[in-house]
Amino acid sequence: MTTPLLEVREIGKRYGSVVALDGVSAVVNAGEVTCVLGDNGAGKSTLIKILAGAHQHDSGEYLVEGEPVRFHSPREALDRGIATVYQDLAVVPLMSVWRNFFLGSEPRIGWGPFSALDRRRAKEITRSALAEMGINLRDVEQPVGTLSGGERQCVAIARAVHFGAKVLILDEPTAALGVKQAGVVLKYVAQARDRGLGVVLITHNPHHAYPVGDRFLLLKRGRSLGFHRKSEISLAELTRQMAGGAELEALEHELRAEHVVPEPAEPVDGAPTAEGAQR
Amino acid sequence: MTTVAVPKPDERLARPRVLDRIVARPELGSVLGALVVFAFFSLVTDQFLSPMGVATWLDDSATLGIMAVAVALLMIGGEFDLSAGVMTASTALVTAILATQLGWNTWLALLASLLFALAVGALNGWLVMRTGLPSFIVTLGTFLALQGLNLGVTRLITGTVQVSGMRSADGYASAGFVFASTVNIAGTSFQISILWWVLVTVLASWVLLRTRFGNWIFAVGGAPASARAVGVPVVRTKVLLFMTTAAAGWLVGTINILRFTTVQANQGIGLEFQFIIAAVIGGCLLTGGYGSAIGAAVGALIFGMTRQGIVFARWESDWFMLFLGVMLLGAVLINNTFRRRAERVRR
Repeated sequence: MTTPLLEVREIGKRYGSVVALDGVSAVVNAGEVTCVLGDNGAGKSTLIKILAGAHQHDSGEYLVEGEPVRFHSPREALDRGIATVYQDLAVVPLMSVWRNFFLGSEPRIGWGPFSALDRRRAKEITRSALAEMGINLRDVEQPVGTLSGGERQCVAIARAVHFGAKVLILDEPTAALGVKQAGVVLKYVAQARDRGLGVVLITHNPHHAYPVGDRFLLLKRGRSLGFHRKSEISLAELTRQMAGGAELEALEHELRAEHVVPEPAEPVDGAPTAEGAQR
Repeated sequence: MTTVAVPKPDERLARPRVLDRIVARPELGSVLGALVVFAFFSLVTDQFLSPMGVATWLDDSATLGIMAVAVALLMIGGEFDLSAGVMTASTALVTAILATQLGWNTWLALLASLLFALAVGALNGWLVMRTGLPSFIVTLGTFLALQGLNLGVTRLITGTVQVSGMRSADGYASAGFVFASTVNIAGTSFQISILWWVLVTVLASWVLLRTRFGNWIFAVGGAPASARAVGVPVVRTKVLLFMTTAAAGWLVGTINILRFTTVQANQGIGLEFQFIIAAVIGGCLLTGGYGSAIGAAVGALIFGMTRQGIVFARWESDWFMLFLGVMLLGAVLINNTFRRRAERVRR
């Protein structure tokens, strides 16, 4: 078997006395999508911050292409080809698409203090890089703010791919999007995967994760509920585990019961059920 | 719900794009405003279009314009500099005191006052970035401090609140030629400050639109966190912008001291808002990330034309402030509409 692009083994992170992540293991292979699923506070953010180099792990091992690493800044991770697209940190809305695309890595022409932006090349590359990903923008001169949320994510993804990312970490790329827009973003996730990138997709929506995912890491309260291949788990099972399995059933039961009986005659009877579900 | 990435021609392209793009230019409003003001005073007064008249309102616009352009860059970078107005006096005072009281060569005195300006600019920038406080407050502090220093130090050294006698300083002739001479065109003397104004505007516009640093200015003003995330040196960019406004203050202070050979210690106070107003009329957003250097220069032109036009028309100069207020409100309303267009989020 080939060495995975990224691998974490029994990785853990504490913030003071709070255990944010404990004993989580997962792999990310080239040309595969590893989905990280979990509810709020499950440790998804902590895990990607470690992968992206924003935080460091306290225990366990983090391997990039088989080599143990400990990143001290996002820049170091970026230099190893690990690019992170944060949901809210992706772009500068008032700037044009091509200026955003090259922000921080502008191509220049000319010498020393007289060197200018190579605007024509920048626009051409932006247009072709986006087209390669199957993104046809109306105009690379338009401000990114005029794009839809999905299109903005796509620009950020295309940017990461263009600048040579080997691993793409996407933080809740579909969270704020409508159904169709989310579908479009997932299409570009699949594009990136087909180009041989390893993709880490963080989401709390199993319906978005299941169609594109190859492996699924389920997190709950900082611990791993399991790391499954797609063949080992169904969408229904994934959803059930994510929502907390038995808890969800109890909640469902409670909701159904309350729906059937609009005005409970004896509130004392209902109380134990509600308590059980809350726990 | 919209669909993206359809390869066939997009039905959303129905609107004429060329017109769309012109409307989206930040300087459009100020250019239209300038044309209206120009046409108005050309018709109402006889002197406005005479060579002497043109030289007068261009000169009035020039020193304001140099500052407005630098302040516009800073505002696009998301910050304010309230010390910019008083900086024109501080640098002139430093130059004048070194040259007249200590007998320094004019050029050496100018170099010293430039270093002084750059140091104050760097301090402004460093304080803003280090403390994370709004630049409005930090530079208000430097503004007041400089104002006090200007008066206090001048009175300590000269016993009065002005420094004069630049003309007798070494090197005055050559420095005066560069910063305060006049150019004769069609029998009328045009101040060389107008040339400096054009030069500064062209340079600033080139930097803003054509260089990597310009790209960073827009980014640090528009979304500093995103800019940092993609590797833009946010602190360095902003500190350099503060140093740029300070350097522009030095240029205007130099033009003034060499032309008038005398500087009052309380000069320049209140000008800082004129710079900001000119920049805003020129299309700069108060929130940063959007604006134009040419627009700010045109905003200053509107200022100069109106101020001198009112004089030529023999009106009470009181009306100038009313005009200014209306102009500013109009500009802000127009800018706001554009920003909404640009920032509109379509899910």
